[in-house]
Amino acid sequence: MSAGKGLAAIRHQVMWNRLIAVVEEQAQVMIRTAFSTTVREAGDLSAGVFDLEGRMLAQAVTGTPGHVNAMSESVGHFLKKFPAHTMREGDHFITNDPWLGTGHLHDLTVVTPVFHRRRMVGLLANTAHVIDIGGLGMGPEGRSVFEEGLYIPILRCFEAGRPNATFFEFLRAGSRLPVELEGDVYSLCACNDTAARRLGEMLDEFGIESLAPLANFIFENSLRATEAAIAEIPAGIYRASIRSDGYDEPVTLAAAMAVGERDITVDFAGTSPVAGRGINVPAAYCRAYASFGIKVVVAPEVPNNWASLQPFGMKIPEGCILDARHPAPVSVRHVIGQLLPDLMMGCLHQAVPERVAAEGSSCLWNPPLRGGAGVSSRREGNRLPPDFEIITFNSGGTGARHRRDGLDATAFPSGVRTMPVEASENVAPIVIWRKELRPDSGGAGRTRGGLGQIMEIAAEDDREFACNAIFDRIQHPPRGREGGHEGASGYVGLTSGAPLRAKGFQIIPEGDRLLLKLPGGGGMGPPDERDPEAVARDVRDGVVGAEAAYQVYRVAIGADGAVDDIATRALRANNQKE
Amino acid sequence: MRERMAPSGENAKVRLAVDIGGTFTDVVLERGDRRYTTKLLTTPEAPERGVLDGMARILDAAGLAPAQVALVVHGTTLATNAIIERKGARTAFITTDGFRDVLALRNESRYDQYNLDIELPEPLVARHLRFTVAERLDRAGRVLRPLDEAAVLALVPALTRENIESIAIGFLHGFVNPAHERRAAALIAAALPEIPLSLASEVSPEMREWERFSTTVANAYVQPAIARYLRRLQAGMQEAGFAAPIHLMQSGGRLTTIETACRFPIRLVESGPAGGAIFAAAIAREAGLDRVLSFDMGGTTAKVCLVDHHRAHEARGFEVARIGRFRKGSGLPLRIPVIEMVEIGAGGGSEARVDTLGRLVVGPESAGADPGPACYGRGGTRPTVTDANLELGRYDPALFAGGRLPLDMDAARGALMRAVGDELGLSSAMAAVGVIEIVDEAMANAARVHAIEAGTALEGRTLIAFGGGGPVHATRLAEKLGIDQVLVPSGAGVGSAIGFLRAAIGYEAVRSLYQRLATLDIAAVNALFAEMAREAREVVTPASLGAAIRETRMASMRYVGQGHEISVALPVRDLAPEDRAAIKRDYEAAYARFYNRPVPGSEIEILSYFLVRETLTPEPPPPPPAPAMREVASTETRRVRDGATAREADWAVFARQALSPGDRVIGPAIIAEAETSTLLGAGWRGDITAQGWIMLTRASQGGEGR
Repeated sequence: MSAGKGLAAIRHQVMWNRLIAVVEEQAQVMIRTAFSTTVREAGDLSAGVFDLEGRMLAQAVTGTPGHVNAMSESVGHFLKKFPAHTMREGDHFITNDPWLGTGHLHDLTVVTPVFHRRRMVGLLANTAHVIDIGGLGMGPEGRSVFEEGLYIPILRCFEAGRPNATFFEFLRAGSRLPVELEGDVYSLCACNDTAARRLGEMLDEFGIESLAPLANFIFENSLRATEAAIAEIPAGIYRASIRSDGYDEPVTLAAAMAVGERDITVDFAGTSPVAGRGINVPAAYCRAYASFGIKVVVAPEVPNNWASLQPFGMKIPEGCILDARHPAPVSVRHVIGQLLPDLMMGCLHQAVPERVAAEGSSCLWNPPLRGGAGVSSRREGNRLPPDFEIITFNSGGTGARHRRDGLDATAFPSGVRTMPVEASENVAPIVIWRKELRPDSGGAGRTRGGLGQIMEIAAEDDREFACNAIFDRIQHPPRGREGGHEGASGYVGLTSGAPLRAKGFQIIPEGDRLLLKLPGGGGMGPPDERDPEAVARDVRDGVVGAEAAYQVYRVAIGADGAVDDIATRALRANNQKE
Repeated sequence: MRERMAPSGENAKVRLAVDIGGTFTDVVLERGDRRYTTKLLTTPEAPERGVLDGMARILDAAGLAPAQVALVVHGTTLATNAIIERKGARTAFITTDGFRDVLALRNESRYDQYNLDIELPEPLVARHLRFTVAERLDRAGRVLRPLDEAAVLALVPALTRENIESIAIGFLHGFVNPAHERRAAALIAAALPEIPLSLASEVSPEMREWERFSTTVANAYVQPAIARYLRRLQAGMQEAGFAAPIHLMQSGGRLTTIETACRFPIRLVESGPAGGAIFAAAIAREAGLDRVLSFDMGGTTAKVCLVDHHRAHEARGFEVARIGRFRKGSGLPLRIPVIEMVEIGAGGGSEARVDTLGRLVVGPESAGADPGPACYGRGGTRPTVTDANLELGRYDPALFAGGRLPLDMDAARGALMRAVGDELGLSSAMAAVGVIEIVDEAMANAARVHAIEAGTALEGRTLIAFGGGGPVHATRLAEKLGIDQVLVPSGAGVGSAIGFLRAAIGYEAVRSLYQRLATLDIAAVNALFAEMAREAREVVTPASLGAAIRETRMASMRYVGQGHEISVALPVRDLAPEDRAAIKRDYEAAYARFYNRPVPGSEIEILSYFLVRETLTPEPPPPPPAPAMREVASTETRRVRDGATAREADWAVFARQALSPGDRVIGPAIIAEAETSTLLGAGWRGDITAQGWIMLTRASQGGEGR
């Protein structure tokens, strides 16, 4: 290779790294300026840069998969409504249309054209989950998307740098938290502004006028690398299914994954039909989590962009819950969508078992809590109890991996974080009495599923409050693989004893508390093949009971807490015979 | 404390600094204008031995006796290493019922979204040593559930049985009201008087339970070993005849006493890098440079730090012991005052490879000192940044490290071809160009992110480059960052230890008190500051030995509903109600500086207050008059390949010790010295200043487009 060509390749690579740094900065600015705890504490967001055809060039490492891949489709919709030649410097466009954005009204997507020396060179987009968008609030109860909140068609929220006052007035009027919502829109625009400036600096520094040659370099390399990774997966058709608790009846998700030479196509035939409540999934969100589930196993090192997602095709039968059409309710589409990586891994396990994890808790356990006048009319003397609206992000255990245990109380596939209890209690008048690991919840196996957690939540002064439940894995716990056991089922109820429904708006009476037991991850491989020392450590730490150690893992532990080798060998030998 | 104004010669005070690093212990002695330095291997099993040996050696060289030393300043990686290597004390943690697993739950996230196989950092205290007792405070510190004193006492047998050596206590919202923590501590202390206690409300009194508990537990974890070490060192120094007090370097860049270091040993982590930043700040002050970017590149990492008006930027926390290759989120959070810097896995030993995408990747894996880069000829087979620099002609293979380590060019080329050239179809020279471009870009990206996080620009700054790799990569890094001026000081190999001698004695007190600005309880804030000032005075006044003291006050503020705070300076006096307007104005100005526009209609809240008391370091003498410049030529040239253009040409080579103030070197050229080389690409010129430093300036038309 000539020095010139070699240098060009190196420069392209340097610019690719720079693009990824630019969008990462975009995400960080959003986190620092956003108002909704969902963005600033939980990181429920994404950010990316696009070429003039709406193809994603790079995406921030910070962010959550459901947004990222769905957002990558979204920019095309903006360009369809507002072709590039109609966009002006200082414009910002916004929508929360579930079918043009990332699947529910709570996600705002902002798209900003980038101008360099007065010519448009690309677009920036980001998505963030806001706390309140009016309507019923985050929850499954809606029967159509019209009940779920304020609907923002694609429109200009800033025009040539000036805020669209009419839009902001509607926005504020439509939300329980108008200041935060407006502040969040400012934050989304500010982070695109920052990234636009960085992009301009990059073009200046490298002396280029257009992103097109760089885009070609990125797309060619990413496509080639993804195809090469697919070629390593044994070809074939792999089938799997998984069940969700659904709203009032179980939902089946079925997949037939065809792994070809250079592409992977998933057919979701056999999946349950659209439901009457807001657990339905718009197709873009289905494609987002399904392709994430494949990519994380098949080609994890290839950065996300338009080309690296191309080889993954989805056939989603019309009318099924994974292709809900307008005006189906979709508010909590994540409870179904976040099962898709487990479903994809169920298929891929047949092809590359050692790369795949057991099923995990997967769906976030985020209780949307509400108090005050929206829940009860009870007065305290002459005063109404304080209004509040809060959602905290919590995770159960992830599935066991081949070489390691599952992760305790960790988000997967979602990329979000939890909030400190002290921060939550400073944002809303609640008291979280308990938030700790849930013993004996990790599915037994050669490697153990991650532990779930237990939470107890009350309103301050033991007032009445409500939870709009969106929980899953209660009837259908995470399954193990290769002989590994199931993780513990989830549970939702009152501390006083009565169980609550997995989904739907429910009251926690005065003096009582909401009790959540989050599921554990599934195990991998037979439990009696687990390293006895690991079992002894789990017993010592109180996360596996002595009973389970003996009965399930077949490990004998002495009074001193150490493994009794001889007794353990005997136990395990008996087990093999049975 | 700095005594530049002191007379040189026999009457000048003798000051000693010792920096214990992972591999080397650096010792620096200054007496007036004279400086002696030495480097010796660290003795991990008894670090004080290396320290005492090094001090004896350097006193010998200077012809001085221990009793003549006026001040000893010391920094050590001991605390950091104890955490990274998990060799701390057997520690127990006592916390609120229902919250046994705060350390294990972390923030429930994965630091790498696309790696199914990640490991999470294990808490420093395993679950069976995490105990809970019934008690609960609300967000305002009111008691929701009283402390169960019997439950506290009931823990004593288990603590004894488990041979606990150190105990951390942290309760939910305990930073607002420490009464329960203090009572529990008193009960434990009465039963187990020998065991040191770390209270969250003292170690890190700030909101966010994971960060606070993590810091407290880490403090307890390193406390016994640090205290033992410091006592041994003190005894050894007394025995050797030292009479001077020992001051310890902290992560925040200020010195403290042995007593405070024993209470809050966690504040000693990362003291070496902090010393480097203080070194750069001192150089900036002597050179009269207001806006500086400090760039310290060593064997395994590069550290970048902003220095404004001769002060390094400060932060409130960082992560230690990252297990995910420098990845954010893969370490243990510590909430302590630190010098704000980014450290990335890019050093001379960083290894290059081609990933599955055919992308050239450099670091963070490092060949370290052993086996070291391929060209060291000690068994390293993978190409490193040093190998690439050698291939490009930037080092004389015979003169590296002062000629003590001849470099093997063939080994470097072979490694570059195997791991990079063959994979990408490049010659070894082009592979080397790629390796250097990628590592320089990685450092530039880190610097950019750092500047953004600080809400400042890099343009117009001067880069101060030190460490073995700093001067080699500085001009190219400057080009990438739009910086036109680079300063290479002398003493760059022991910059951290010199920095120790330039640091102030100081203490930072912090308190969280959550209030809206509009309804701020001025009396409560004044009472808080009075208490913090007392706390800081108790530490600083006795140690200051009469030096003038400065106090600064800050508040961390944000719009109600936001999650990230901005620090705003407050007047150093009791606040009055009229001050609210000025505080609001200052906050909004700071916010707009970061994010373009303030947010309309939002209220402002204050979360925490900080108070620093520190000694004033004397003004340096005015810089000596700039010498008249004369261009110098060299008879020696070397074939060097330019990293930006990839073209090879003859570059002039100068020996640094042969240059004197007033000499001007025109690039392309190399100025070589024992520890490093300073590179001047085309378009750069280097002036030797009156202090003997190299000031590099870029002609305005230079840059990427060359």
